[in-house]
Amino acid sequence: MGAGHHHQLYLPGASAVHRLPPQCKLLAVFAFAVVVVATPRERFWAFGLYALLLAAVAWAARVPPGHVLRRMAIELPFVLFAFLIPVIGLGERTTVLGLSLSVPGLWAAWNILAKATLGVVASILLAATTEPRVILLGAQRLRVPSLLVQIAMFMLRYLDVILDEMRRMRVARESRGFEARDVRQLPAVARSAGALFIRSYERGERVHLAMLSRGYSGRMPMLGEVSASAAQWGVALLLPVSALAVLGLSL
Amino acid sequence: MNSPNDVNSLEVSRLAYAYPDGTQALFGVDLTIGRGERVALLGPNGAGKTTLVMHLNGILTAGHGTVTVGGTPVRKDTLKEVRRRVGLVFQDPDDQLFMPTVRDDVAFGPANMGLTGEELERAVKGALDRVGMLEAIDRPPHHLSFGQRRRVAVATVLAMEPEILVLDEPSSNLDPAARRELAEILRSLDVTVLMVTHDLPYALELCERSLILSGGVIAADGPTRELLADTELLAAHRLELPYGFAVPAPAEPA
Repeated sequence: MGAGHHHQLYLPGASAVHRLPPQCKLLAVFAFAVVVVATPRERFWAFGLYALLLAAVAWAARVPPGHVLRRMAIELPFVLFAFLIPVIGLGERTTVLGLSLSVPGLWAAWNILAKATLGVVASILLAATTEPRVILLGAQRLRVPSLLVQIAMFMLRYLDVILDEMRRMRVARESRGFEARDVRQLPAVARSAGALFIRSYERGERVHLAMLSRGYSGRMPMLGEVSASAAQWGVALLLPVSALAVLGLSL
Repeated sequence: MNSPNDVNSLEVSRLAYAYPDGTQALFGVDLTIGRGERVALLGPNGAGKTTLVMHLNGILTAGHGTVTVGGTPVRKDTLKEVRRRVGLVFQDPDDQLFMPTVRDDVAFGPANMGLTGEELERAVKGALDRVGMLEAIDRPPHHLSFGQRRRVAVATVLAMEPEILVLDEPSSNLDPAARRELAEILRSLDVTVLMVTHDLPYALELCERSLILSGGVIAADGPTRELLADTELLAAHRLELPYGFAVPAPAEPA
């Protein structure tokens, strides 16, 4: 079994943030991200206030800072890219610690870093307070195209099955003395990937048959109604509305 | 509801089928299963068992011949009705259980039939209760053991109140205890069952009557006990009892 990596993102709890309907939280995070992206990069203090808003949400949801920090690792590739821009950037240059850096490049890097970090933290908070399948229910409520929701749903369901299959193939390779040490072993790994793709594709066909057998006709039935009251919308939208107020002040 | 014997659960008449590449899989299959019967469909690998099963709910459509489920012929325009009446349980429960939780999965069939709210909830809980998996209702399928997943797979079709339950290799990959638990559940259900298998002792345990499908035709049809006692018949169709197994004497007079 592929145990051990379930709900890495989700942090079970019963806080007010946990209890909000998923569609409210999804829309709040999306709107917050739009406001952040729309903020001019020169307004340093506005970004500080946004960070404080997120800190307040984390506090209300009882999400410990360590949980958020560890999961921010996903941002690392973007951070590396952001650090490269000032080095290779063009235009006016300045010297920091003996390194000649491009000024527009520095601004661009700051812009990417600040906005991406705020967006990533907001998403981590959403994922920490909402189970993955509930997020999908929310997306369904928000009329996200049903095909996209279905694809995400199947990914959620079959990720462990496929990882498990991958693990078994690795064990089978290694049982016969295979060791992936250098490039020469790459073809064997590539063939395994191909076999895994075929197997998953065939599984997809069998799942489709199972769905047809139970009356599937292209549309997922609406399961688990999650309706939101005006008060719940109000609470959830507090985040983007406060952010919008900050943006208004900064202009 | 009709009285038990005036309509057969399943009638297959002169069913023939060739795959698009020309390979002929079925050469005229005839069989009838009455309401409330539990029948085993035995046959070696490659005998056409799965092909036959795919015809029962119209996933494959007959090249020649007819399939009738509870009086309704399987045709393009009756597919929806037929799929409600034939509960197909696939061999790999990971194919059958595709929703994020057990509850959503069992609800999938009845919801497609138009059930909602309270009624849907009742169908889901009733089906899970019949297979003894009610306490797992909010768990994701991949957190269950293999035997539990197979029982939930049975519940997903029971929730649709099928006329006939068709099980593809129900005992495969089960440990002895899970195998016995599933047998007890199947015996407790009051639906018609067609069990596709080459696990002969399991067929003997659960089904009074057996059919042998071999070479794309029904080669034998009779009481399971008699068929399994006929070593020559079994050998002619690549079937054999497991080592050390002999058909036990009937426990009670038939």
